[in-house]
Amino acid sequence: MFIINCPYCGKREQSEFKAGGEAHIVRPKQPTELSDDQWAEYLFMRKNIKGIQFERWVHTHGCRKWFNVVRDTSNDVIKAVYKMGEKPPTK
Amino acid sequence: MTKNLRVKTSKFIDETYKISFKFNGTTYYGYKGDTLASALLANNIHLVGRSFKYHRPRGIMTAGSEEPNAIVQLHNNTSRTEPNVRATEIEIYEGLEASSQNCWPSVNFDIGGINNFLSPVLPAGFYYKTFMWPANFWEKYEYFIRKSAGLGKSPTLPDPDIYEHRYIHCDVLIIGAGISGIMAAKTAARNGFKTLLVDEKPYLGGSTIYQNSEHFKINNQISSSWLEKEINEIKKIENLEIKTRTSVAAYHGYNFLLAKENLTDHIPLEQRNNKTRQRLLKIRAKKVITATGSLERPLIFDNNDRPGILLSSALEKYANLFGVACGEKNILFTNNDSAYETAISLYQKGINIEAIIDNREEIDSKLIKEIERNNIKIYKGYTVVDTSGYKRISKISIMQLSKDGQKVIGSKKSISCDCLGISGGWTPAVHLFTQSGGKLKFRDEDQVFIPDKYPLNQISIGSCNGDFTLDEILSNIHKTLKEFLNIKETDYENLEVYSSFNKSKRNIWLLPSDKLIGKTKPFVDYQNDATAKDIKLALREGFRSIEHVKRYTTTGMGTDQGKLGNMHALGIISETSGSKMGELGTTTFRPPYTPLTFGTIVGRNVGEYFDVFRKTPIHDWHIENKAEFENVGQWKRAWYYPKDGENMHDAVQRESKAARDSAGILDASTLGKIDIQGTDASEFLNRVYTNAWSKLAIGKCRYGLMLNEDGMVYDDGVTTRLDENHYIMTTTTGGAATVLGKLEDYLQTEWPELDVYLTSVTDHYATVSVCGPNSKKIVSQVIPDLDFSDENFPHMSFKNAKISNIKCRVMRISFTGEHSYEINIQANYGKSVWEKCMEVGKEFNITPYGTETMHLLRAEKGFIIVGQDTDATMTPIDLQMDWIVSKKKYDFIGKRSLYRSDTIREDRKQLVGLLTENPNEVLEEGAQIVADIKKTPIEMLGHVTSSYYSPNLKKSIALGVVKGGKNMMGKKLVIPMENKQINVTVADPVFLDKENKRLNA
Repeated sequence: MFIINCPYCGKREQSEFKAGGEAHIVRPKQPTELSDDQWAEYLFMRKNIKGIQFERWVHTHGCRKWFNVVRDTSNDVIKAVYKMGEKPPTK
Repeated sequence: MTKNLRVKTSKFIDETYKISFKFNGTTYYGYKGDTLASALLANNIHLVGRSFKYHRPRGIMTAGSEEPNAIVQLHNNTSRTEPNVRATEIEIYEGLEASSQNCWPSVNFDIGGINNFLSPVLPAGFYYKTFMWPANFWEKYEYFIRKSAGLGKSPTLPDPDIYEHRYIHCDVLIIGAGISGIMAAKTAARNGFKTLLVDEKPYLGGSTIYQNSEHFKINNQISSSWLEKEINEIKKIENLEIKTRTSVAAYHGYNFLLAKENLTDHIPLEQRNNKTRQRLLKIRAKKVITATGSLERPLIFDNNDRPGILLSSALEKYANLFGVACGEKNILFTNNDSAYETAISLYQKGINIEAIIDNREEIDSKLIKEIERNNIKIYKGYTVVDTSGYKRISKISIMQLSKDGQKVIGSKKSISCDCLGISGGWTPAVHLFTQSGGKLKFRDEDQVFIPDKYPLNQISIGSCNGDFTLDEILSNIHKTLKEFLNIKETDYENLEVYSSFNKSKRNIWLLPSDKLIGKTKPFVDYQNDATAKDIKLALREGFRSIEHVKRYTTTGMGTDQGKLGNMHALGIISETSGSKMGELGTTTFRPPYTPLTFGTIVGRNVGEYFDVFRKTPIHDWHIENKAEFENVGQWKRAWYYPKDGENMHDAVQRESKAARDSAGILDASTLGKIDIQGTDASEFLNRVYTNAWSKLAIGKCRYGLMLNEDGMVYDDGVTTRLDENHYIMTTTTGGAATVLGKLEDYLQTEWPELDVYLTSVTDHYATVSVCGPNSKKIVSQVIPDLDFSDENFPHMSFKNAKISNIKCRVMRISFTGEHSYEINIQANYGKSVWEKCMEVGKEFNITPYGTETMHLLRAEKGFIIVGQDTDATMTPIDLQMDWIVSKKKYDFIGKRSLYRSDTIREDRKQLVGLLTENPNEVLEEGAQIVADIKKTPIEMLGHVTSSYYSPNLKKSIALGVVKGGKNMMGKKLVIPMENKQINVTVADPVFLDKENKRLNA
């Protein structure tokens, strides 16, 4: 069970949060102009990295805010958290 | 057979406190401080159970939680019965009743023992290989296999005990109160850390505390005396909590651990009432020190499983701690110095040792010299090749080992005995370390896995870290603790340590025999009867991965999880396949380390506390009026209101008829309600619903359908425009929380530029829905100030109103197809409004109806229920709801997916109505729908999703999904049931009032 440092509330137990999958996948602005393949790419294709992964989490049982987490999936160490819209840390 | 094998007294046993207990129906005596195992051994009882597969007689093997054989059933056929309890752990109490498992009719005469003679035809994978064909015979085989499988019997009566959960937060947690753990606890606590020390045993001090030899000294005191003083000191430290009888079951990431604390399992049954039996501790520690010690390894040779064969360290523990001799003619068999420690302990207690068999040829240590001085015969460079004695070992055969250890040479010699202590060296207990994500490395010199890479904030110390000797442990500990706890000093800087132990070891995973491997039974996993032969067979059959070999041979899969034999299994695989130990890896160590009871896992969450449930503000009225309830999400919803002993069918028929003929009233408070405000609220609704919202006038309501991005229907409900920038959305009861979550997700992550605020107001309002031709007459009396004319208050519109000065919102919307009103009022007035409607409605026979009638009424109208008529594969087009999908809107959630190549297929399952040939025949929901019953294999076209007998139409109606159903209107299909076939016709899903005349009636 992780302890996640919510950028709005501080450190909380993982059970207060929900994971929302890979981060930084932008919903296409003009979906109607995409081919089936392009749309499927957005809709279904996700990376499943062993190592550093950027993911979305939401503080469901807290402030209800979505934010981003950088997690090493090989040992679950959370390297950074940052708000939606902020640039991911580079190192 | 009964003898008293209690030797010189031990200070851990209170001989003034005699305890009687029963084993397999016979009464025996032991003392306070005994475990069931030590008390049985004192009574000269070794045979306690039968093995799992071959039903071989098995005895007590160890003195701890790693015990594979001595597992018993406690208090059989009572509510407190418990299977698979390790006799080596359970402390005896007055009235304890234990019995053997896995044998019939008795442990002494077990019919299943015949499997032992059949064993040549019961190899690894026997069940997989034999019962594969013919496939349809499996059900018959299964009955017999299940009957003979399993260990103990599960309790069948309700558990009378109380369990609870407790959270503990501490700075430092120390697991294991052996010498390392005690030293770590003292150091941490003395430096101001809030410290918790846990140990699975009832006493502190691990194996050092009963070490009573001049060969192990600290600061010139015998190690046990030195440790005893340390223990007395730590008991006085205030910020140190000590929990014995507490075993850590699981070690998760971020130093979150689960432990089971046993509180009453050691006291007589009649004293347990109203006490908490076990507690699940949920521990979050800033730092964790693992000091879980090590487990002695057995040796793998032919017939190494007979009762009377124990680990050498167990013999020592029984002698020193419990004052019990395990036999009168003891032999020790070893490949390292540990057995000599045991020998000295036994010798000191006056217990006879016949001989010591040592794999090593050249050995030299002070321990060995002392043994030789006492004229105990040591066979150096020898190995045991076989044992005899069916229910108790009576004899061993030994032979000399060849130089390379691969063969036996010379002639065979027999020595008679009644007990054999074996020692194959030590295995660090790294289970918790690896559970937490730690990585192991293999140390070649003594063939052990030791911790290598640690997750953050934890350390292993003592023998679980591979430091086996007293001097190794004590010379490292002060440095390790200082670094880990970031402190300047410990009490242990300049300890003088004296240890006679020599680390030399001759490791042979599978000892050679004079017989062919196929003719031997060298057990690797005692509980599951997996032998070295089975492992070799698995390798011959092509299994390579250790995880596959484990599953094929069942090695390491019992209640003991192979704590003793897993290393040997690895060793044998490595030797046979020629791969290196370190490269093979290990099988995964999974929680729990030792089994937990279900009671501990659920704690107080039993019965009505199993899950949270939500009640509407009108709940009490439903109870008073004898409603039956159904669970919808976490809500308790009134299901139907049986009158005068009605069954469900009759109640629902009456309620449905009343609602259409005059008036019905429904508690709709559970529907999700989301308050939406902001200047972009209309734009937001445009993007999340399939239909258009910009032009919805203030004061009007609109039905909306919400999709997932994949185009599948996700939720539906009516949304009302309260003001220019203010809407209230209703969602399905079960979907309320997830819909809000999804909307927040889009708002915060995709469209942060929108000025929209969402608030859940589900609990803030009670919703009373009145429907039927007389609904207007009733509601207009409840709210006399409001103009209820169709011109002022048409269908799909809303009004702010007041009931006796209390503000409320009234919507004229309908889920039944009847003229109907929903009154939304502050939750705490809900019940009084409901009662007012009932009072006013009396003259119109207003009839409360529950969810079942609601479902029937909407099915008559062909309205869908998301989650019943849809699953996550239905688009609005599949539901024949094309009318609600806006063609003009550029985008909304899921739009693009509606014309993917898969979603535009004509032969997708589509929602249709179904009418039975016989109007009285009601279909079963979930029944399969087919076109041609004779075709093989039968092609399933779809299934029935909703089905009722409609009292208003006087016939059976159903909704279903059928492949290509849209174009099948009028087509005859078949529903095959167990004993019959039902003929149906595809129909329009709207069965009643297609013109919607009743809405304005």
